[in-house]
Amino acid sequence: MSIALKVEQLNKHFHQPEDFHVLQDISFSVSKGEFVPVIGKSGCGKSTLLYLLSTLDTDYEGKIIINDALLTGRSQNDLAKFRNENIGFVFQFHFLLPEFTALENVMLPALKLGKYSKEEIAVHAMDKLRQLQMDGFAHKLSGKLSGGQQQRVAIARALINDPAIIMADEPTGNLDSVNTGIVFDIFKKLANEKGITILTVTHDLDFSKNADRVIEMVDGRIKQSD
Amino acid sequence: MNVRILLYQLKNSTMSVDMLIAQRHLTANKKQTLVAMLGVTFGIAMFILMISFMIGVNQFMEDTMLSSTPDIHIYNDIKTDYSVSIANDFFKDKDGIVIVHHPKPKQVTLNIKNADGIINDLKKNADIAYISPMVSTQVFYNYGSVQINGYINGVNILNESRLFDLAGKMTYGVPENLLTSDNGILMGQGLADKLNLSMGDMVTLATPTGTTMRCRVVGLFRIGISAIDNVRSYVNLAKGQQLLGKDKSYITDINMKLKDNNLAPVESAAMSKKYNYKAEDWQTANSSITASNLVRDVLTYVVSITLLVVAGFGIYNIMNMTINNKMKDIAILKAQGFSGKDIVQIFLSQSIFIGLFGALLGLTLGFFLSYALSRVPFPHNDFIALKFFPVIFRPSHYLFGLVFGVATTFIAGLMPSLKASKIDPVAILRG
Repeated sequence: MSIALKVEQLNKHFHQPEDFHVLQDISFSVSKGEFVPVIGKSGCGKSTLLYLLSTLDTDYEGKIIINDALLTGRSQNDLAKFRNENIGFVFQFHFLLPEFTALENVMLPALKLGKYSKEEIAVHAMDKLRQLQMDGFAHKLSGKLSGGQQQRVAIARALINDPAIIMADEPTGNLDSVNTGIVFDIFKKLANEKGITILTVTHDLDFSKNADRVIEMVDGRIKQSD
Repeated sequence: MNVRILLYQLKNSTMSVDMLIAQRHLTANKKQTLVAMLGVTFGIAMFILMISFMIGVNQFMEDTMLSSTPDIHIYNDIKTDYSVSIANDFFKDKDGIVIVHHPKPKQVTLNIKNADGIINDLKKNADIAYISPMVSTQVFYNYGSVQINGYINGVNILNESRLFDLAGKMTYGVPENLLTSDNGILMGQGLADKLNLSMGDMVTLATPTGTTMRCRVVGLFRIGISAIDNVRSYVNLAKGQQLLGKDKSYITDINMKLKDNNLAPVESAAMSKKYNYKAEDWQTANSSITASNLVRDVLTYVVSITLLVVAGFGIYNIMNMTINNKMKDIAILKAQGFSGKDIVQIFLSQSIFIGLFGALLGLTLGFFLSYALSRVPFPHNDFIALKFFPVIFRPSHYLFGLVFGVATTFIAGLMPSLKASKIDPVAILRG
């Protein structure tokens, strides 16, 4: 299986309030279509790792390679374009734009990419919402949806540009067990059926139990369990 | 309502995703958008009202001034330069210093020599619209035993009328009445009131040299400046020359109107040099009014710009607030691949929209306020020929208002937008 994500000798320091070596010599790789939860105690650096991988945080030493493209040292505008095309995001807080309907929220990243016409994008977005059984709420303002529904819309949004990799930060942290189950099933299906790599930071043990592989972090290092 | 139609059109056209987001932000919080817009609207409206009125006042002053002052006035000024004295020649054989106390001019005639030649030469100048030669002298108007001091101008009334639009300033009769009567006189309304004269009455004039003459009042005028209306009269040129006991070539002043009165200072300097007589332009003759016009202009711009800057701060505040409320949205947009440039565009276009529509609305409001003011009757006054408040409508003011309104909001929106583009999404997304 080909490599979707590769990390070499990643180091990160926090400078405020005092120097803190939060990530130490992290190296690993994830194959295409793998579903990998990242677990660990609070403060172990798992979220920090995720934001480095997502290219939002560029203050680090080491190398990050996604889809055979070296991302280290690229300009912010370049990275923004790369994110738009290749990375889908799901966060603990759903962060939908409240002025837009569910459908429009899903469409926005694709409109930004500008690869298809508005009409085509609307059709694609509807498809994604249908995959997540949210098509019935497509024309509702996103602020009017429940937490679980919003998270499903957020996942649809992450999928709209057919990214190679989805990164999620505590995607179920704010959801009840029913919705957590739904999100988990969706992720599993996306990885298995669509070959999308999924990297998710989580506290949820059920989540990690059923995954292909788990990256466990302890004090800024990856615990070598397997 | 127009705004809504335009927004609808924007929505349905193919607009960039940045614009779509900007438009949604504006419409989602209509009240806030409206308040920001009204700040600009009132600023611009007040600017338009003030400048239209102030420039109107300036124009009125200038018109009044020009109705009594020619663009260029050529006359024979009494020389006050006594630095050259014949005393030195007279005493040159003797030793010592010659001091002449209180030198006085020798007998001078105040006319312009070769006036005909000058006038013919002036007629070749393409910048000059009208030329009116005249004889002017001080006279006493006899009113019973009382003598009232004044001036009389002997003119070719048709030329003079063209220069100063006398026809529009007659309270009784027409200027041409002067041509049909041999001893007719056109008199300032104020002077006629003092002398208790009305149309058809006779008046006796006496010159400083002792000549007297009886004239019949054939018209009364009011220029709107009491300093003129109370002292000036017009008679025919020939009559004026006769009053002074001079021949037909005796001319004391040449007045002229230019096609563009801004050329007056340049032209007058050239004439002064060419004909060797004093040539005075209207700005110099009325420097106090020119100065007060300038003061009013400066005041108008200072107040207007202050209003617009205040409106700009309003927009700055509102944009800052909007951006603080939208931190999360900005972070998520950035995570999804919107660049800093996109974020600037999203928020800057909002403030430009507010500025543009606020300004257009302000121009409209300003126009109606100015129009309303121009229909307010001016308190009646015998000495001011003004029926309504003077307001002027000049497209350049509206253009300036629009440009300044948009520029202010652009700058006010730019700073918060740049700030928004620099927001670090990681800090916000991590909660």
